Amino acid sequence: MTWFVVLSAFIFCIGAAGVLTRRNPLVILLCLELMLNAGNLALLAFARGHGDGAGQVFALVVMVIAACEVVIGLGLIVAMYRHKLPIDADEMSELRG
Amino acid sequence: MTPHAVSWAWVVLALPLAGTVGIALGWRTLGGRLAGWIGSGTIGLSFLAGLAMYTTLEEVPPPGRHLVGSAWEYVGTSGVHVDLAVLVDPLSTFMVLVVTSVSFLIHVYSVAYLDSDRGYARFFSYLNFFVFSMLLLVLAANFVVLIVGWAFVGAASYLLISFWYRRDTATRAGIKAFVINVIGDVGLVVAAFLILSQLGSLDYAAAFAAVKSVPRDDGVLIAACLLLLVGAFAKSGQLPLHTWLPDAMEGPTPVSALIHAATMVTAGVYLIARCYPLFEHAPTAAAIGALVGTLTLLFAATVALVVTDLKRIIAYSTISQIGYMVLGVSAFAYSAGLFHLMTHAFFKALLFMGAGSVVSALGMTNESIDRMSGFRKAMPFTFATFTIGAAALAGFPLLSGFFSKDEVLSYTLHRGGLYTLLAVLGYAAALLTAFYAFRMVFRVFFGEPVEGASSLERGDLYHAEPRNPLTGEEEDTDVGFPGPEHHIAERAFSMKAPMAILALLAVVGGLMAVPGLTAEVEHFLEPSFAASEHLHEKPPVSEQLTGLAIGGVLALLGIGAAYLVYLRRPSLARSARERLSLVHRFLVNKWYFDELYDRAFVRPGRALGRFGRATVERVLVQGALVGGATGVVRAGTAFARAIQTGYLRAYALLLLAGVCALALYFLIASR
Repeated sequence: MTWFVVLSAFIFCIGAAGVLTRRNPLVILLCLELMLNAGNLALLAFARGHGDGAGQVFALVVMVIAACEVVIGLGLIVAMYRHKLPIDADEMSELRG
Repeated sequence: MTPHAVSWAWVVLALPLAGTVGIALGWRTLGGRLAGWIGSGTIGLSFLAGLAMYTTLEEVPPPGRHLVGSAWEYVGTSGVHVDLAVLVDPLSTFMVLVVTSVSFLIHVYSVAYLDSDRGYARFFSYLNFFVFSMLLLVLAANFVVLIVGWAFVGAASYLLISFWYRRDTATRAGIKAFVINVIGDVGLVVAAFLILSQLGSLDYAAAFAAVKSVPRDDGVLIAACLLLLVGAFAKSGQLPLHTWLPDAMEGPTPVSALIHAATMVTAGVYLIARCYPLFEHAPTAAAIGALVGTLTLLFAATVALVVTDLKRIIAYSTISQIGYMVLGVSAFAYSAGLFHLMTHAFFKALLFMGAGSVVSALGMTNESIDRMSGFRKAMPFTFATFTIGAAALAGFPLLSGFFSKDEVLSYTLHRGGLYTLLAVLGYAAALLTAFYAFRMVFRVFFGEPVEGASSLERGDLYHAEPRNPLTGEEEDTDVGFPGPEHHIAERAFSMKAPMAILALLAVVGGLMAVPGLTAEVEHFLEPSFAASEHLHEKPPVSEQLTGLAIGGVLALLGIGAAYLVYLRRPSLARSARERLSLVHRFLVNKWYFDELYDRAFVRPGRALGRFGRATVERVLVQGALVGGATGVVRAGTAFARAIQTGYLRAYALLLLAGVCALALYFLIASR
């Protein structure tokens, strides 16, 4: 079980690093997906280790949330494209105080 | 069951209101003269309803002729109960009949007069609203409804005076009228408050019944009456609140006729007559009212002698005649004052219609009698009717003004004391009245025809670009102003018919109250004034006849003097003007009232406004309050703003760091 958790942490770190460093929103979405699935892996591993089904149910919920998030994220990207905005997360900084 | 007369009163009110709303909503679809005929029709039907109200009221035995009908309770708290109620008694019926009949004729006149105006439907909507407001005012059964009608009349006058809203002088005149009317409104509202606190009710009947329990000439009661007088003077153009009335001539001529003859200016006279129990219980206030009325009638008569604008001469004559009415009702000669109100409505509306006819024949370019003469042959019909109106105004024997004016003066004379002096001044002003009335006739209709008149005689219409007579600017004919194609020149039947009817009324109207023979008005109004202490203080018939004789002689003298000065020896007028140039200038400038108000109120007000804008607004409000508040918030949030970089990854990093910090905390804490 330890290795499952180690692998999950490894994938999560890759995802987090991608979210923090990349500027292309498409790649950021991909990395978010990695982080979520790393979480899923950890949930399943723990579910199996403890012999409890609740972790698997949680994984299913996370998948649904991931699907919703992708829909919104891709929708935003399409909207940016339609408005001829640069596909770059750093250019979208109008909320600066 | 509500009495029939009250139901008819609601009908009287509802019709002009329906006309206002209907024309206002349907202005797009009402083509041609339809809006005008609808507007006239509602007022005509309203007059018929008024007649029905009169006949049903006559069926009630005289002591019971005080019918109140309430639609619903307006305000109902402890101590204050106000209903939306109408009062039908001889006084309100009398006013309803005068208002609706003269307004109807003016509406019919306007149908042709305003024909080429772009704002045709708008005009009739306003005109109906004006009549509705006035009817609400006279039918009100308590002070609250009275104030509502009072304020509506002020608003309607503003709308109509500045009807040609591209005209600078017109909008300014409208504002002036509104501001001065609001001064009167404030007086009336405060008076109503004093009446409520002193007499415990805002209902006419209850308040007037309670007045007996207050000591005579009580201080608060006098204050309330004086404040009522402020309201009345502002509406009726009495000194010192008269300055708006001559300026109100900026509106179309039918508006002047409506304001001056039927609706607005008579409201003050009505108010004093309606509140007679208060005034009789506070004779000091009544004496002040009579004094101001007399001063006004003298002042206005002197100004009318020298003003050259035709409509303004008539306006000053209105101020002067209203002065007679105020004198009459303040001297407790109610039926005399109201009789003069009625005859004045007839001949004043007639004079304005005649003036409108002349002015429109000149293409609206010119209202100065210096540039009018010789219209006698060109406009024989206008000449005849205008002369009848002027003769009635002058008090020419056996015409209506002759009987009504002298009735006021002989009642005043009969009261004695201070009133003797007032009556003598009234007679002096009657001489001036006759003079200036025929100054208009002789200057406008006699003498060498001017270009407009002679071309009209040849059968073609005079054409000119419309210019503002005051400033000489060219008129903006795009919005509302009639424009150069506007030429009526007494050719329209719907203008001639009202003039003919009014001329007839101006001739025979006086026969309703010939001393010793008839006293129709007095008998009809008697139930309204039954509680008056002065009801039976009438001058004997012989005294009244002497008064009539004096009045007749004065009128003939005045007319003769005008004939001498303006027709026989025109040089006399010029030499008199030169010899008395100081007096002349004083009178031409209307006793410098406008200048006085300008110096005393308008300029200080404007200076105060500038000062406020420069110091209070700029420094205190914008600098200290607004700037200070934003500065504090800005400084306080500097750190929070610095975090908000707008970069998505920065937020993600902070989030991650936070989660890591929390995880670390729990790890350490779980040890």
